[in-house]
Amino acid sequence: MPEFPAVSVSGLVMEYAGKRAVDGLDLEVARHSITAVLGPNGAGKTTTLETCEGYRRPHAGSVRVLELDPIRDRRALLPRIGVMLQGQGAWSGVRAMEMLRHVARMHAHPLDVEMLADRLGLESCGRTPYRRLSGGQQQRLGLAMAIVGRPELVFVDEPTAGMDPQARRTTWELLRELRGDGVTVVLTTHYLDEAEQLADNVHIIDRGRMIASGTPLELTRGGNSATIRLVVTRPFPPGAPESLRATLGERIEVTRLDERSLVVTGPADGSTLARVSRWCEEHDVLPESLILGRRSLEDVFLEITGRPLAAADDTIEEALRG
Amino acid sequence: MAELAATGTFAPRPGAAPLTRQVLAQAGMEARLMLRNGEQLLLALVIPVIVLLAGVTGGDRIDLADALDLEGRLVDVLTPGVLALAVMSTSFTSLAIATGFERRYGVIKRLGASPLPRTGLLAGKVLALLVVVLVQLFVIGGVGQLLGWTPQPGVLGFMLAIVLGCAAFASLGLFVAGVLRAEATLAAANLIYLLLLAGGAVVLPVSAYGGFGDVARWLPSGALGEAMRTALLDGGTGWRDLGVLAAWAVLGTGLTARTFTWE
Repeated sequence: MPEFPAVSVSGLVMEYAGKRAVDGLDLEVARHSITAVLGPNGAGKTTTLETCEGYRRPHAGSVRVLELDPIRDRRALLPRIGVMLQGQGAWSGVRAMEMLRHVARMHAHPLDVEMLADRLGLESCGRTPYRRLSGGQQQRLGLAMAIVGRPELVFVDEPTAGMDPQARRTTWELLRELRGDGVTVVLTTHYLDEAEQLADNVHIIDRGRMIASGTPLELTRGGNSATIRLVVTRPFPPGAPESLRATLGERIEVTRLDERSLVVTGPADGSTLARVSRWCEEHDVLPESLILGRRSLEDVFLEITGRPLAAADDTIEEALRG
Repeated sequence: MAELAATGTFAPRPGAAPLTRQVLAQAGMEARLMLRNGEQLLLALVIPVIVLLAGVTGGDRIDLADALDLEGRLVDVLTPGVLALAVMSTSFTSLAIATGFERRYGVIKRLGASPLPRTGLLAGKVLALLVVVLVQLFVIGGVGQLLGWTPQPGVLGFMLAIVLGCAAFASLGLFVAGVLRAEATLAAANLIYLLLLAGGAVVLPVSAYGGFGDVARWLPSGALGEAMRTALLDGGTGWRDLGVLAAWAVLGTGLTARTFTWE
């Protein structure tokens, strides 16, 4: 039997109030892999996921999940997939383990709930009502509910948002183990390290469009070879990025991250580093750190969109506030 | 490529549980949550029992039966009315509030991703409702007996009153929960409950309301109260009142079907 993709999205368009949340998206997810959909808040990640989960009907394009139509074949599909929503999803008065057992009862061959609770560190709060769980505990319970039915494919939306570093690592380990046991994992995240460390394939989405796809290595290897990050002790003088760019030449891109840090991308090497250092001296700027490094996914995002991922988040938040 | 061998703790083995098991699990959960929640319990049992106790003991002292020109002993008139009140509180107020907050907290969305179909969820709700109503009947009936209630049960009329009463109020409760936000549902469902308790001819018979009684008997509360009293005072079947309840159930179901969204 030929291996079909776990998820196949083509030309997906989703619109809300005349605005395109998803704008002609193509996405394919290989089976038995961890695929990260990376992008700033509001990029269209959750909308895409919820379309795959059958919550939303595509306005244009097609979506196939495990070769099924998520809307038309919903009943056949649901037992085979696990879904972790972004926050909430339980009665406020239900106890943690009671909720997990409840979801387990909907499935024919659920996992042992005690084992699962133990793996996710939920045993200490098993009798705690949902509303009194911490954000991280609610997230872990959400993940447990997604996988308790032994699905072939799980969609996890921002799985580690609000988790402490220890819980994040536990969650990453669990997701890797799921893949090892033959489960396909699709996760959204706006944490670059999460995508970089966990995913076999990364799809970067911005403003409803796919802007880059590949393995973390392919994404960080391609294009320009290196980056230099400069953090200074006092805010930059006005026009600093332009002045630095003029010093470094045309093939180098300089982007201001905030008032005290900027990033240099391009064919940067030791001599570029030296020139940045000299520029600092000439402009009476005291470096706090000056690092030459391999491209990260952050740099990839920056190169393609011309703005850092964190700033993209801010833009969205400002848009929401305004 | 061959399928990976299904080994390991998390090896996929998907499948839905039999639908009956899913529905029973859902019903059990909802009934448990309702009986465990303080406010819901207040509405389901404490208020009806207080109304019954206060009505019978206080009413005897002030000769309420004579004052309102009631036929039969006070406890025999009030107990069926309080049973009707209990059905109303559970199937209308409690259901509306619970459903409103389920929508708000994403519970329905979450369960929408589980194998439990919408019809199964609805069946679970109905079943939970009937379980809670059964508990109410036993408790309130027991208190009534302690107060000297001697019912003349007309089984058919009684069963139909409960089923149609639940159907009418549940459909209206879901309608309210579907069109209002959770907080507004909470307020509206409680307000309507209080208004019907006071002026809806549920606990006291239509005849006690004078001219307004002619209006009250067409309300779902008045119809349910009258149907209960007919069934338990005379052992009869109040067909006209049951017809009114059925009409409300049709209306409520129609409104809910048009407006309700699960999320």
